[in-house]
Amino acid sequence: MFVHRYSGGGALWVLLLALLLAAPQAFAGEAAAAAQAAGAPDGTAWWVWPLGLFVVCFLLGIVAVPAGVGGGVLFVPIVGGFFPFHLDFVRGAGLLVALAGALSAGPELLRAGYANLRLALPLALVASASSIVGAVIGLAMPARVVNLALGSVILGITALMLMARKSEWPVVERPDRLAQALAMHGIFRDAASGREVAWQVHRTPLGLFLFLLIGVLAGMFGLGAGWANVPVLNLVMGAPLKVSAATSGFILSLVDSSAAWVYLNRGAVLAIIAVPSVVGMMLGAQIGARLLKVVPAALVRKLVIGLLLFAGLRALLKGLQIWN
Amino acid sequence: MTDAQKTRVDAAQQRYAQWLAVGSRFGLAVLVASFAAYVAGWIAPLVPLDQLPTLWNQPVAQYLKTTGQPTGWGWLALLHRGDVLNLVGIALLASCSLPCLLAVLPLYARARDRAFVAICALEVVVLVFAASGIIGGGH
Repeated sequence: MFVHRYSGGGALWVLLLALLLAAPQAFAGEAAAAAQAAGAPDGTAWWVWPLGLFVVCFLLGIVAVPAGVGGGVLFVPIVGGFFPFHLDFVRGAGLLVALAGALSAGPELLRAGYANLRLALPLALVASASSIVGAVIGLAMPARVVNLALGSVILGITALMLMARKSEWPVVERPDRLAQALAMHGIFRDAASGREVAWQVHRTPLGLFLFLLIGVLAGMFGLGAGWANVPVLNLVMGAPLKVSAATSGFILSLVDSSAAWVYLNRGAVLAIIAVPSVVGMMLGAQIGARLLKVVPAALVRKLVIGLLLFAGLRALLKGLQIWN
Repeated sequence: MTDAQKTRVDAAQQRYAQWLAVGSRFGLAVLVASFAAYVAGWIAPLVPLDQLPTLWNQPVAQYLKTTGQPTGWGWLALLHRGDVLNLVGIALLASCSLPCLLAVLPLYARARDRAFVAICALEVVVLVFAASGIIGGGH
């Protein structure tokens, strides 16, 4: 019944995304007159932007879950491109958005056995150390260079989302020696299918190297790195898809913690930007999770890819000083 | 890995989850409460709210120079300011993996799982190093 109600819901999702892009301008326009007296540079009252940010993050949270992406990867290019905040503060807030999401989902994913601590910890160690390096590099770069690099990375992520295959139950004939030594294996009980599958991983050294690079990108751009974690865990190392997705979420709780500290210590975390973003995204994600079963996820995913493409181009053109 | 070790490891995952749930809920509660106090004007901020639009579009170095907000752990001395008080909740969220790692360390040690004792200990070092401000904090 619900599926029927939403089966023609393409227009609804297009409208939702249009609202998402229009919200900052709409909020700014309405309150501009009231703000002239407050002396804001563009005539907008201070409260308009945090409120707009909350609404946009709420909408982002709704679309992120059915699209299968973390909020952080949407947050930085969209808020960085369409809000007046400097990218230093947007990246600090982006890390907190990704961190808060990972922390709220982490306990349940671990308890249910979807996320695996033994698989996560070695990879998280490498990525959290490199995310510190990424954060330091990112905060040292001028905004123009960050925009150029961010635009390129977002467009790369878009291509990855379009092209990446998924393997629900990858076959790993034999684990590598490192995976064997660290006992990176487990038994996964899939409640949806009722299947119980013993899994193991291979190519662990390559996986560790890729997580090293992922950590640098996460710290540099304030992105949650689920878009990269899942393909590495699933396609490179051979973990089942659901184990990969859940373990990726848990890894973010460690990687983003260390990068967030660097931003916090450098003063690049503004509560007025970070808190409405975190709360909006978490509330939106709860609705997104409820809608997961009734909305056409493939369509939402395509729309989110379109949104990322637009935001990535915006960052790139901003970096090239073509569209400021 | 023996069955006894496996049992211990499963227990480690459960224990980690338990500690993480408590820590993240506490951190979020503190963050939301301090933000409410900040925007409601119950605690005077370091940077007045109506001045933020002229500052949040500046690079962080310029923002710090204009506002005099300290870097590193210097914010602890300004906890009586509404905006700075919010950093407590953020710091709690960024720290809540630490007690979880410390809580599972003894389980791995008892299982003589030296590799994971080392991995947990190193992760603690990484997080403490990041939090220390040695590389991130200005002076």
